[in-house]
Amino acid sequence: MVPAIRLSGVTKRFLTPSGGVYTALRDLDMAVEQGEFCSVVGPTGCGKSTTLALISGLERPSEGEVLVSGKPVAGVMDGIGYVFQTDAVFPWKTVLDNVAAGPRYHGISSREAHERARDWIARVGLAGFEDRFPYQLSGGMRKRVALAQSLINGPRILLMDEPFSALDVQTRNLMENELLALWSASPTTVVFVTHDLEEAISLSDRVFVITAGPGTVKSDYKVDLPRPRNVAEIRFQAGFTAIYQEIWNDLRDEVLVSYERQKRSGAA
Amino acid sequence: MTAPVSAAQEAAKVLNLGARRSRARRRHRLNILVLRVLVAVVGLGSWELGTRTGFIDPFFFGQPSGIAHQLWVWVTDETSLGPLWLQVLVTFEETVGGFAVGSILGVIFGILLGGNKLLAEVFSIYIKAANAIPRVVLGALFAISLGLDIRAKIATASVLVFFVVFFNAFQGVREVDRNLIANARILGADDRRLTTEVIIPSALSWILASLHISFGLALVGAVVGELFGATAGVGELIYYSEANFNTNGVFAGMVLLAAMALLAEALITSLENRLVRWRPPALGSEIQI
Repeated sequence: MVPAIRLSGVTKRFLTPSGGVYTALRDLDMAVEQGEFCSVVGPTGCGKSTTLALISGLERPSEGEVLVSGKPVAGVMDGIGYVFQTDAVFPWKTVLDNVAAGPRYHGISSREAHERARDWIARVGLAGFEDRFPYQLSGGMRKRVALAQSLINGPRILLMDEPFSALDVQTRNLMENELLALWSASPTTVVFVTHDLEEAISLSDRVFVITAGPGTVKSDYKVDLPRPRNVAEIRFQAGFTAIYQEIWNDLRDEVLVSYERQKRSGAA
Repeated sequence: MTAPVSAAQEAAKVLNLGARRSRARRRHRLNILVLRVLVAVVGLGSWELGTRTGFIDPFFFGQPSGIAHQLWVWVTDETSLGPLWLQVLVTFEETVGGFAVGSILGVIFGILLGGNKLLAEVFSIYIKAANAIPRVVLGALFAISLGLDIRAKIATASVLVFFVVFFNAFQGVREVDRNLIANARILGADDRRLTTEVIIPSALSWILASLHISFGLALVGAVVGELFGATAGVGELIYYSEANFNTNGVFAGMVLLAAMALLAEALITSLENRLVRWRPPALGSEIQI
């Protein structure tokens, strides 16, 4: 079977404002199977978000190839959902219009788009909030809007960039469980970027560890904990600690490297 | 057992709180009104007193009672240029016309240049140069090229308005959240949708903020335009009074202009509140200057 996503030999450089070159990713290889839920973990600044931007088509690789369903990525394509790290719901649209935006952009009539949006709003547990503006919602509710906004387009691939990092632990566990429920009911492939190893293991079939920048895949691990999972309780399972330790041993070195570098650049 | 009682009590408390708050708000508004009237009374009172006691010469500095009398004569009888309502209407037309033309052009060019790097780089030097000219002198040019009718005044007013609105619209487009653009593109928005659904709404708060200042500028433009030649208008009324050493007439004209500006300000604020309903009410939003 063709992997849903394949990155081969991908390098991404950016020009810094001072004229220098910053290499975010170097020679990165990664393949994600259809319908897989995989997480990408790594220290801050290792190019995790850049990886997602490359898959989405918002950025082009400097070298190497990015394939989605076997086809090279050329610009933003249909069939991809992206939940951003920071709030990206439109502040001037109500919840209903925010969720309906995707279908509207695809030329679906406003009536039908609103009908579908109402359905998705109910699915993410926001029924009754259709007419609110984003500023009237809590952070967790805004994330639900973002999730519904992405899922309504029926993406084959869902990219999530630390979507729950700003939420409190309880809300976060609720959202993670809801995400798993929504994912298991659809054939979507998910790439979930996080710096939280526990979150990565709880959610995923597979965890990629990225090295301190310039990022490349250091190792990847299969997580074969049984599904359906309850993320609030999964860490009490016997297998959880073992795999956590295994991945952490790998990740720790990278985190230390990144930390030392930050200290040095802070001192300089 | 006790639940229904406590629920009713709770509801009563909530109602009570609401009533108390609206009472407090009403009292606050009344206080402000009283203080405002007090400021006017003290200010105008000492002015009037100064002229009556001979400290201030009313010939050079006017006199509140004289200004009131002048306004009364204008309202009940007529001005030296004809009925007062006609003067106000003429200036109002010039101002609104200039305001509309200037702000529409400003928004269009601001969005166009804000979204297009090449255009922005080519035109920026001309716009900066044009902005550096004291633009009221253009009134003289317009008086020659467009004649003494309303078009010259609209042109003068619109030039003043254009730059303020343009720079705000331009900046507003530049400041659009990159994340929102990325999100819209991922969701499937084409360039047209991106402009109408992300860039314009996002720049709107900047544009609306500039409209507050622009109306005052449009008024300046209209009055300056009348200076370069007119047969009617509040500005012309002021010049006429000035030419006849009628200081109270000058002040009375200023009162009229101030009243027009306040009225327009109220209209723009209500338009703004309607258009940006999505914005969280700012702290201390009741204090607006």
